[in-house]
Amino acid sequence: MAVRTRRYSARDVTVLVIGLGVAVIVNVGLIWGPTLASVALSATDWNGFGPIEWIGGRNYADLAGEYPPFWSAVRNNVLWLVFLGLVATPFGLFCAVLLDRRLRGSRVYQSALYMPVVLSLAVVGFIAQLVYSHDYGVLNAVTGLSVDWLGDRSVNIWVVMVAAAWRHVGYVMIIYLAGLKAVDPALKEAAAIDGANERQTFFRVVFPTLRPVNVIVLVITVIEALRAFDIVYAINKGRNGLELLSVLVTENIVGEASRIGFGSAIAVILLVISLGFIVTYLSQLFREER
Amino acid sequence: MTLTAPVGTSPGPRTAPPPRRGPRPLRWLLHAFLALVALGWLLPLLLALYASLRPYEETARLGYFSLPEQLTLDYYGQAWSQAELPRYYLNTLIIVIPALALTLFLASFAAFAIARARIPGRRTLLIVFTAGNLLPPQVLITPLYSLYTLIPLPAWLSDSQSLYDSYLGLILIHVAFQFGFCVFVMANFMRTIPEEITEAALVDGASVWRRYWTLTLPLCRPVLAALATLQFTWMYNDFLWALVLMVSGDKLPVTSALNNLRGQFFTDYNLLAAGSVLVALPTLIVFQLLHKQFVAGLTLGSTKG
Repeated sequence: MAVRTRRYSARDVTVLVIGLGVAVIVNVGLIWGPTLASVALSATDWNGFGPIEWIGGRNYADLAGEYPPFWSAVRNNVLWLVFLGLVATPFGLFCAVLLDRRLRGSRVYQSALYMPVVLSLAVVGFIAQLVYSHDYGVLNAVTGLSVDWLGDRSVNIWVVMVAAAWRHVGYVMIIYLAGLKAVDPALKEAAAIDGANERQTFFRVVFPTLRPVNVIVLVITVIEALRAFDIVYAINKGRNGLELLSVLVTENIVGEASRIGFGSAIAVILLVISLGFIVTYLSQLFREER
Repeated sequence: MTLTAPVGTSPGPRTAPPPRRGPRPLRWLLHAFLALVALGWLLPLLLALYASLRPYEETARLGYFSLPEQLTLDYYGQAWSQAELPRYYLNTLIIVIPALALTLFLASFAAFAIARARIPGRRTLLIVFTAGNLLPPQVLITPLYSLYTLIPLPAWLSDSQSLYDSYLGLILIHVAFQFGFCVFVMANFMRTIPEEITEAALVDGASVWRRYWTLTLPLCRPVLAALATLQFTWMYNDFLWALVLMVSGDKLPVTSALNNLRGQFFTDYNLLAAGSVLVALPTLIVFQLLHKQFVAGLTLGSTKG
């Protein structure tokens, strides 16, 4: 495709400028502008009104040294990522591989698995309370235990992650299923003729061709882990063992104390982590495209 | 990218698959496993449905894992009339429909400009738009909140007289946040449309607008349908934006309003279950009806977090 220089009429240029201009203004004004503002505000002690005073890195020092929820939030976010990445995502892949085998009734299984994907995580949070409730919940009734699943700091993050995984597995499964369907069947046949068993075929032949899908799934998993918010907020507003970085940011705006500067410092930490992944992902995406 | 093929065509021809059937017992095992998993996946939903049909007094005595003595639709009545769910559904529509239309319109035009008009800097634009959609919302929500309180609006547009606590504010943030994803998907799609189609029109002297609106957009129907389905679900399911950017309880969209069914000191979980079922219902219906579009949307531009 040769690049041609085209002449646009004055009207064409106007249409392009207005159309793209609005898009850029909305995008910069509401997404990138506030993101940069987070970085700037994180070095101030602003409380939403009144004068803005520059305090350098003090918010960050306070965060690390004098704000206990911060470290439990970091721990929980890491756990969340590891759990989704090492348990939920592989399980979604496993289900996709099984469902890719043209079984009878495969569609029914698929529908069941990705039903939770359309639900809001807030709704998932509410449903989780029916399962995990201390006094009336199903889990205690079935197992005969008497554990306060959502109230006990040592277990609640785990059971909430299971609820989040309930939704994540279906999501991952759909994406892998589409990826698997696009794998050239001739590859598998060739491997079979060469005497590879199914496991070898999958790990040596099919899985490597899924690389682009793997990258997408990895990014989705990371982003989901960093974004996790609704579900813990619906359960107990993200307190008492369910702290997450996203919750701490929000608490500083909707909570009693409006500490814009301090909240922004937490947001910047989230930003740095997510930008690392976003940049890696996009550079790969756009390199392939070139 | 493998996942940017046109939506309508199901990926991979898969003509005459090799019937690689394992031995019978193995297949049974596979079915048993999958059926078990599927059942396990549906159980929480069924439980919510079941709990919503039982009086609180009964489940408080027997727990949720028990046989019913009495089934009633009372909670649905309560959620519907006392909790005023219809009003919240209406709020959701007031927010989601304009947001959806605006997002698709702006994104399709930007995608067209990026994929077809050969404007300078199109690559950078696409990267910036796409990256914006991948950010966690909390990264920008604090300054956004301050910004919203500072932008005045005329009283006829918002009774709070600022962008904060207004429908328009929520519509705008949905547009801004979802826009990047839609541009990315649509730009990739438009690149797969043969260029000859618009090329001919160009020779005929068609304007940019005509090439976009009458020539390109109609060919994008499948991807628009997929994106509309997906975006409806996401905007409908939003919980965070309304939580932070709205303060009047009566203007909340339905997903965020669900939190109101929780009492200050005492929460009737059966009522909450009925509310959850009612809130989940529209997305489940959309999913059942437009199942193909939904899956296509998810797999098409799977950059979405």
